[in-house]
Amino acid sequence: MELINKIPDGPLDQKWTKYKNTARLVNPANKRNIDVIVVGTGLAGASAAASLAEMGYKVKALCFQDSPRRAHSIAAQGGINAAKNYMNDGDSTYRLFYDTIKGGDYRSREANVYRLAEVSANIIDQCVAQGVPFARDYGGLLDNRSFGGTQVSRTFYAKGQTGQQLLLGAYSAMSRQIGKGNITLLNRHEMLDVVVIDGKARGIIARNLVTGAIERHSAHAVALCTGGYGNVFFLSTNAMGSNVTAAWRAHKRGALMANPCFTQIHPTCIPVSGDHQSKLTLMSESLRNDGRIWVPKFKEDAEAIRAKKLKPTDLAEDRRDYYLERRYPAFGNLVPRDVASRAAKERCDAGFGVNATGEAVYLDFASSFERYGKQQATVKGLHNATHDEIIAMGKKVVEQKYGNLFQMYEQIVAENPYETPMMIYPAVHYTMGGLWVDYELMTTIKGCYACGEANFSDHGANRLGASALMQGLADGYFVLPYTIGNYLADEISTGKISTDAPEFVAAEDNVRKQIESLFNNNGTVPVDHFHRKLGKIIWDYCGMARSEEGLKFAISEIQKIREDFFKNARIPGVQNGMNPELEKAMRVADFIDLGELMCKDALERNESCGGHFREEYQTEEGEALRVDDVYNYVAAWEFTGNPSAPILNKEPLVYDNIKVQSRSYK
Amino acid sequence: MTTLKYNHVVINNNMENGMNLTLKVWRQANAEAQGQMTEYKLGNVSPDMSFLEMMDVLNDGLIRKGEDPVTFDHDCREGICGMCSMFINGEAHGPNRGVTTCQLHMRSFKDGDTIYIEPWRSAGFPVIKDLMVDRSAFDRIQQAGGFVSVNTSGRTLDANAIPVPKADADKAFDAATCIGCGACVATCPNGSAMLFVGAKVSQFALLPQGHPERHDRVENMVKQMDAEGFGNCSNIGACEVKCPKSISIENIARMNREYMAANLKG
Repeated sequence: MELINKIPDGPLDQKWTKYKNTARLVNPANKRNIDVIVVGTGLAGASAAASLAEMGYKVKALCFQDSPRRAHSIAAQGGINAAKNYMNDGDSTYRLFYDTIKGGDYRSREANVYRLAEVSANIIDQCVAQGVPFARDYGGLLDNRSFGGTQVSRTFYAKGQTGQQLLLGAYSAMSRQIGKGNITLLNRHEMLDVVVIDGKARGIIARNLVTGAIERHSAHAVALCTGGYGNVFFLSTNAMGSNVTAAWRAHKRGALMANPCFTQIHPTCIPVSGDHQSKLTLMSESLRNDGRIWVPKFKEDAEAIRAKKLKPTDLAEDRRDYYLERRYPAFGNLVPRDVASRAAKERCDAGFGVNATGEAVYLDFASSFERYGKQQATVKGLHNATHDEIIAMGKKVVEQKYGNLFQMYEQIVAENPYETPMMIYPAVHYTMGGLWVDYELMTTIKGCYACGEANFSDHGANRLGASALMQGLADGYFVLPYTIGNYLADEISTGKISTDAPEFVAAEDNVRKQIESLFNNNGTVPVDHFHRKLGKIIWDYCGMARSEEGLKFAISEIQKIREDFFKNARIPGVQNGMNPELEKAMRVADFIDLGELMCKDALERNESCGGHFREEYQTEEGEALRVDDVYNYVAAWEFTGNPSAPILNKEPLVYDNIKVQSRSYK
Repeated sequence: MTTLKYNHVVINNNMENGMNLTLKVWRQANAEAQGQMTEYKLGNVSPDMSFLEMMDVLNDGLIRKGEDPVTFDHDCREGICGMCSMFINGEAHGPNRGVTTCQLHMRSFKDGDTIYIEPWRSAGFPVIKDLMVDRSAFDRIQQAGGFVSVNTSGRTLDANAIPVPKADADKAFDAATCIGCGACVATCPNGSAMLFVGAKVSQFALLPQGHPERHDRVENMVKQMDAEGFGNCSNIGACEVKCPKSISIENIARMNREYMAANLKG
C-alpha cells in the first residue's frame, strides 16, 4: 500500500497556515445535514465532539463509561506543555518542536510535531477562557513548572490534577452542545466495528452495555479518540476499561497500525504488591523536580534492606548510588522517561533493588526537605533554627507542592513518604504507537480519523512528560475541526446514510457471531486469567528490554494463549443485559492480536530507539543505538485476515529542519 | 418491599493465609428486579489488596463456580474518575475519609469481619445491576448550565490577560476537584445533590470567566437538579465528611447566595 502523508509543501512554519488557507470548507447549511461519530470522550474525543458540534455538524459521541467525564485523561497528573514563554527562559515554538522530536528519538514526523507546538499556546488560552483553574502565582498570573527532557519551564498545571481539570473543561464544552441538542450522547456504549462502504467509513456497530442491544449508527465520518493500548500488559497505569478494541476493529477493516512496539514505560510508579494486583499507580514525573533517585551502592546493603534488617534512612551518603545523577550529569533526575526507566531496570537486574521482590528503587526527598527548609529559615529570619526545625519547614513546602501525591502513596503502600523514601518502579503508562494517520489525522480508511493517543503521529519512539494532554486537545480543538471539512466538502450531497446497507448487516452479524461463540464455548476459566498471562509475556519479552530470541518466544506463546482463550474462557451472565465479563472478553481477544503484532514490530525493528530497546543494539555504555540508515521510517502494519501474517508498509521519515543526532542527556 | 434472602457461597476459603471475611452483598439482576442481600464467605484476603481487588477475587471465584459475578462500576482505580460507588458498612466509599472505594485497602478491615456492600441508594440514582447505578442525572445538571459559553476556536484572550487573585484561583480549584461520584447524594438523608451542584456553581462564580452567565447558570442548574428529584440541603454536613475530595459545604452556601442574587435580579 502506498502511504500518502499529505504534508503540505513550503517552509515548516508555514505549512499549517497554508493548509488552513486552502482546505475546502463546508457551509453552515450543509453542516447541519452531516453526521459525525466521535468514539471516546477523553481530551481528544470531548474536545473534538464539542468543536465539531459548535461548527454545526450533527455529532454522536460514544463512551463506554457511565459519563464522558470519566475517560482516563482525567487521571493525568503533572501538566500540559505550551510554548508560551511566560517564564522568559528562552522557550519558543521551535524549541518545543525540537524537544519533542529529540525526545521521541527522531522517529516522528516533523510537520505534525511543528503544528502541535504551534497550536500549543492556543490551548492554554482556550482552557482559561473555559474556566479551567490552572495554578497561579501571587500576582494572579499563570505558573509553570519543569518536566523531563527539557531545559525550560513550559508546563502549566493544576496541582496534581491537571488532566482532571482539562477534561472537565472539555466535558463542559461538550455538555453545552449536548444541552443544545447538537451532540447526542451515547454513554455506556462500546464500538465494536467500523462499517466501510465503497472504501469510506459510513458508520459503526456499537453495543449498548446496559441492554446488550447491538446497534447500527451511520455517519459521514468517524473519529476514533479511544486512547492507547497500554492495558495489553494487563498491569499498567491505564484505567481498567481502557482498551484497543475500537482501534483494532478499524485496523481489521483496513486502517494501518503504526509502530505498535513503541510503548512508554514510566519510571515512577508504585511497585507491584502481590498477585492480586489489578492496576498500577503513577507518581507524577513532577516529583523528579525535587526527588532524587537512588539504590544502595553495595549489594550487601541492598540485601539487608530487602530482608528488612536495614532502613534506607540509616544508609550513609557514601553508600548510596544516585545513578541518574552519576550517568547523566546534565539532566540528572530529569532525563526522559525511557532513559530513567531503563536505568532503574538495569540497577534492579544487577541486584540492587530495594523491596521484597527486588524490583524497586528509592525516590528520596530528604535533600529537598533540607534545601527548602533552609530557604524558609532564611526568609523567616530564623538563623538559629535547629536541624529538626529546618526539616519540618522543608516538609511543609514539599507538602504544598505534592501533598496529594504523598497522600496517595501512603494510602497504597502504608508507609509515610515524609519519613522514609518512596519506593518506585517503572510501569506501562502510554503508547506512542497507534493508528497510522496522515497530516489530516485520517487513517487509511477514508473518512475514518484517529486523534490523541489513538494515533501514532507526534511522539515518535518516546513521549515527553506533559505532552499527551497537549496532543489530545490540539487534535480535538484545533486540528480535526479544520481537516475534517476538507473531506466532508465532498459529502454535502450524500444525504442521510441508511443503516440498511448490506455492509451494516454484515458488520452487525459479525459482531453477533463473535459474542455467541464466546458464550457457547463451554469454557471454565475467567477472562482475567488469560489477560494476566498475556500481559506477563508482553512485559517480560516486549517491555523495557527486547531481544530477537525473546520476541520469537513471545509470539509463539501468544499464539498458544489465543487458542486457549477461545476454547476455555468462560463468559458468565447474559448477552442481552449488563455483562462486564463479556466486555472484557471482547477486549482481551483484541489485545491478544495486538500483542502479537507488537512483538512482530519489535522483532522487525533491528535497532534501539526511545522506548524500544533491543538488547542487541546498545552502545558500550548501555545507551540505545539507533540505526538511522535502515530504520528511519514509520512501520505501518496492514491486517490480512490472519493476525499472525500482517504486511509491513513503510513511510520514510524526512528531516529537513532538524539534524538527526544521537540523543544525549549526559 | 424488598424481601431479604440469604444465599451462602464460600470462595477460596484458605484459612491459613490472609483474612477470612463474610461479605453481604446487594444483588439485583436489573432495574426492575427485586434485589436481595447475598452472603459470601471469602478467605485468603491480603491486607495489601484494595477493596476492589478483593471484589475481583470474589468474582474470580464466582465465575469459576459458574455463578454470575457481582457487577460494580470502577475504572481508574486511583481515586479520580469517580466511577466506583459502593456503600460499605453503611458509609459511602467505606470507613475512611478523603478516599474513594478504589483507594480503600483491606488493611482497614480485620480477620473475621462481616462487611455489608450496597449500591448508592437514592431516587436520583436508579440501580442498573447489583452495585451499579445510573448517575446520568449529574450529566444532565451539567448540561443545563455547568459551562462557560465560549466556543473552542482558540481565538480568545491571551491566558494571562485577566489576572486572577491566587486565593480565588485556589478556591475555584478546590471546588473543581469534585469527581462527580455521587457520594454526597448517597450519604445525604435528603438525597440532596447540592454539594455537587454547589461545587460547579462555585468554580465558575469565583473566576472572572464565569461572571457573565453566573445568574442564568445557577438558576438553570438548580432547576434541573430539582427536576431530577434530588432533595434539599438541611445543613446536616454528612456530604462534606464523606466526600472523597473533601469538598467544603461552603460551596452550598455560595450556591444559595448566587441563587438568591439571581432571583433578586429577576
